[in-house]
Amino acid sequence: MLKSFRLGGIHPPENKISRGAAIEQLPLPESVVIPISQHIGAPAVAIVAKGDSVVVGQLIAKAGGFVSSNIHSSVSGVVTAVGDFVDASGLRRVGVIIKVEGDTWLEGIDRDSSLNKICDLEPKEIVSKIAAMGIVGMGGATFPTQVKLSIPEGKKAVYLIINGVECEPYLTADHRVMLERAEEMVVGISILAKALGVVRTYIGVENNKPDAIAHISKVIAEYPNIDIIPLKVKYPQGGEKQLIDAVVALEVPSGAIPIEVGAVVQNVGTALAIYEAVQKNKPLIERVVTVTGKKLEKPSNLMVRVGTSIDSLITYCGGLPENSGKVIGGGPMMGRAMCNLSAPVTKGTSGVLIMPSEESLRRSSSVCIKCAKCVGVCPMGLEPYLLYKLADLGRLADTEEHKVTDCIECGSCSFTCPASLPLLDMIKLGKNEVMKIIRTRK
Amino acid sequence: MSNKFIVSPSPHVFGKDTTSKLMRDVLIALLPAFVVTVVIYGMQALVLTGVAVVSCVLFEYLIQKFLLKGSNTINDYSAILTGVLLAFNLPIGIPIWMVVLGSLVSIGIAKMSFGGLGRNPFNPALVGRVFLLLSFPVQMTMFDAPDMVRDALYGATDAMSGATPLAYVKDALKNGCSVSEIMPNISYQNMLLGIKSGSFGEIGALALILGFVYLLVRKVITWHIPLFIVGSMTLFTGALWFFNPEQYMDPIFHILTGGVLLGAIFMATDYVTSPMSKRGMMIYGVGIGVITILIRVWGAYPEGISFAILIMNAVVPILNKYVKPARFGVSK
Repeated sequence: MLKSFRLGGIHPPENKISRGAAIEQLPLPESVVIPISQHIGAPAVAIVAKGDSVVVGQLIAKAGGFVSSNIHSSVSGVVTAVGDFVDASGLRRVGVIIKVEGDTWLEGIDRDSSLNKICDLEPKEIVSKIAAMGIVGMGGATFPTQVKLSIPEGKKAVYLIINGVECEPYLTADHRVMLERAEEMVVGISILAKALGVVRTYIGVENNKPDAIAHISKVIAEYPNIDIIPLKVKYPQGGEKQLIDAVVALEVPSGAIPIEVGAVVQNVGTALAIYEAVQKNKPLIERVVTVTGKKLEKPSNLMVRVGTSIDSLITYCGGLPENSGKVIGGGPMMGRAMCNLSAPVTKGTSGVLIMPSEESLRRSSSVCIKCAKCVGVCPMGLEPYLLYKLADLGRLADTEEHKVTDCIECGSCSFTCPASLPLLDMIKLGKNEVMKIIRTRK
Repeated sequence: MSNKFIVSPSPHVFGKDTTSKLMRDVLIALLPAFVVTVVIYGMQALVLTGVAVVSCVLFEYLIQKFLLKGSNTINDYSAILTGVLLAFNLPIGIPIWMVVLGSLVSIGIAKMSFGGLGRNPFNPALVGRVFLLLSFPVQMTMFDAPDMVRDALYGATDAMSGATPLAYVKDALKNGCSVSEIMPNISYQNMLLGIKSGSFGEIGALALILGFVYLLVRKVITWHIPLFIVGSMTLFTGALWFFNPEQYMDPIFHILTGGVLLGAIFMATDYVTSPMSKRGMMIYGVGIGVITILIRVWGAYPEGISFAILIMNAVVPILNKYVKPARFGVSK
C-alpha cells in the first residue's frame, strides 16, 4: 500500500493540463520589477540607485536581517527607479525597476550546462553560499533556505525530505523539474544532505507522476543514501507536516517545527536552485512557472526571470481567454487571486492559473448541517465548523483553545463543505487575531 | 490588460457535495427498501409514504413562510427525507390522519421550532414516530401482516402472523417458552428478504444494507455509527445468548428485527443529530446499541432503537464538547 499522511485529506480534481509541456525559456522582457521583499521575514535593503547599470546575477538588495534574503538582478540593464510599484494584490510595495539592455551575466557564474557533481565545500560554507545566492523555499512559502538549514542548538537533522508532491491541482512546475532537471536536482539534494549531515534522504512524489518516479529512481541509483517514496495522491500532502507524516510516520508536535522530530523538508525546485547556486554560482534569478487554465490556448511551463510581469507570461501562452473570471497566483487551493496582472513574478510564484468566470464565483452558502465532513478532512485534526463559529462570535480565547494556530490554511474544509460556508475565511481571521494576542504576550 | 477580476480568498475550487445532493443520495439509498415495501405491502405503502412526504414538505413550507418568515427551504430535500423516514417507521395499517399528525410533530415541533435544518437536537422523524407510539399505542403496534407474509409463514402460530418477530418472541419468552421452542417459527432468510411484519420500511434487511453500501460509496456517511451500533448489539446479545441460549435470542435475530438496520443506517446517522468526531460517533453508536438491548431485554417495549437514538441524540452536544478528534501532533 502506498504511503500517505494519516489524518484527513481530500481529492480535488487534478487538472494537470500542462503536465506534458516541456519547460520553455520565456524571452527576456523589456523591463523588470524586482521586489525587495519576496520572502518571509525582513525585506532586503536595496543597494542600487536610479541610473546604476547592473548585470544578471548582481546583488541589488542585501538581506535585512537573519530571517531575510539577498535579492539579485535577473537581467542586465539600467535601474530606472527604486521605489513603489503595485503588486498582484493591488498593494503598494517597494521594488527595483530595471530597463533591460542585452543579457550580460556577472563574471563567475558558470553558464555551462555540464553536470558538476563534486562539491568540496564544508557544510558551513554551503549554507553561507546558499544565503549569499538568495535561495528561498520555492514551493510557495518562500522561507529563506539558509535559516531552515541552520539547525538550532541541541537539535539534530536526521531526515532530509524532498518535497516533489505538488499536490496543488493544475500546477506542474515541480513535475517538469523532476523530469527534465533530475540529475542537477539530485546533486542539489546531495549537497543539502551534506550541509545538514543527515542520515537518510527521501524524495516524496505522488503516484500521479509515474514518469517522474521512474526517472528519479534511475538517477538516484548511484546515491545509496537517497530513496524515492511514491505517495498516494491526497491533498494537502505537500504540507510540510503532512509530508513528514507520510514519509517517515512522525508527527511534528503542535506548535513546533519539523526539526523537533529531526526532519528538514525542501522543495524539488529549491534543490535545483541550490545546485545552481553552489555548483554554478548562480543566484536565484529565475524559476519555473506553470501558466495554465482550462480555456488558455497554450498551457505551459516557463522558465521566467524574476521580475517579469505576469501578463507577459499570459500573452506568451496565447493571451487571456475570453470570459476569464479569476487569475490566481499559485494553485487553486492555496493560491491568491490577483487583481493586477502587471505585477511581477517573484521567487515564490509557482503558477499562474486562469479560471473561466463560471468557475470563479462561490456558491451561496446555507446553514451548517453538522455533517462533520470538515472535521473528517482536516489534516490537522481540528474542528473547522467550531472554529468558524467561535471566530465569528469573536470568542478568541476559545478559538485559541481549539488550536486555531495549528491550522495550515489548506482549505480542505471550505472545499468539502456541502453548505458552502466560508469556513477558512473566518478561521483565518480568527487565527490572525489570536496570533496578534499571542505576540503581545511575549 | 485592464480586465476586472474576481478576487476572493482561497480555496478557489470546491467539491461537488451540496446539502440537497447529500439528502438526495440518502433518498436514493432508501429506494431498495422502498421497492421491497411496495412489493410486499402494495399500494398502501406508496400512499402512506406519499402522505408523509407531502405533509412534511407542506408543514415546513407553511411554517417557514408564515411563522419564521424566512426563505423557502423545501428545496434542500430534508423535509422529503423526514417524511420518508417517518413513513418507514409506521405500521401499514395506520390511519392517514395519524400520518399527517406525525408529520406535524416531526416538522413543526422537532425541527422548525428549533429554527429548522441544522439546529434540531433530536431526529425529527423519530420524534414523530415516538409521539405517535406513545399517543396511539394500539394503532402503532397493530402490524397487519400482508398476504405474502401470511403465506410465507404458513404453519406458524397465529401470534406470529400479526405481531412483529420481536413482539412475538418477547411475548413467548414471557409466557415461559424457550428459545428452541420459538426458533422453528423464525426464518432469518425471510427477514433478510423482508417477509415479516413490522414498520413497513424496516422489513427488508438486504435492501437496507444495499442502501448502506450506496451511502458509503458516495461518502455520504462513514461506517462508524452503524457498525458500532450493530457491533455493540452483537457483543451484548451475544454474551447473553452465550450465557443462556434458552432464554435469550441470538445476535442475528436482534439485528434483523425491530428496525435496527433502518435505525442504525438511516436514523442514527442523521447529520444534524449525531456527533462530529469519529470517537464521538463510536461512543454514540455503542450507547445506542446498549440502550436498545436494555430496553428490549429488560424494558417494557419489544423494540428499543427509536428510544435509544433519541436518548443518545440528547448526549450529542456533550460528546461534541468533550470528545475531540485526534489532533495532529498532540500526544494522545
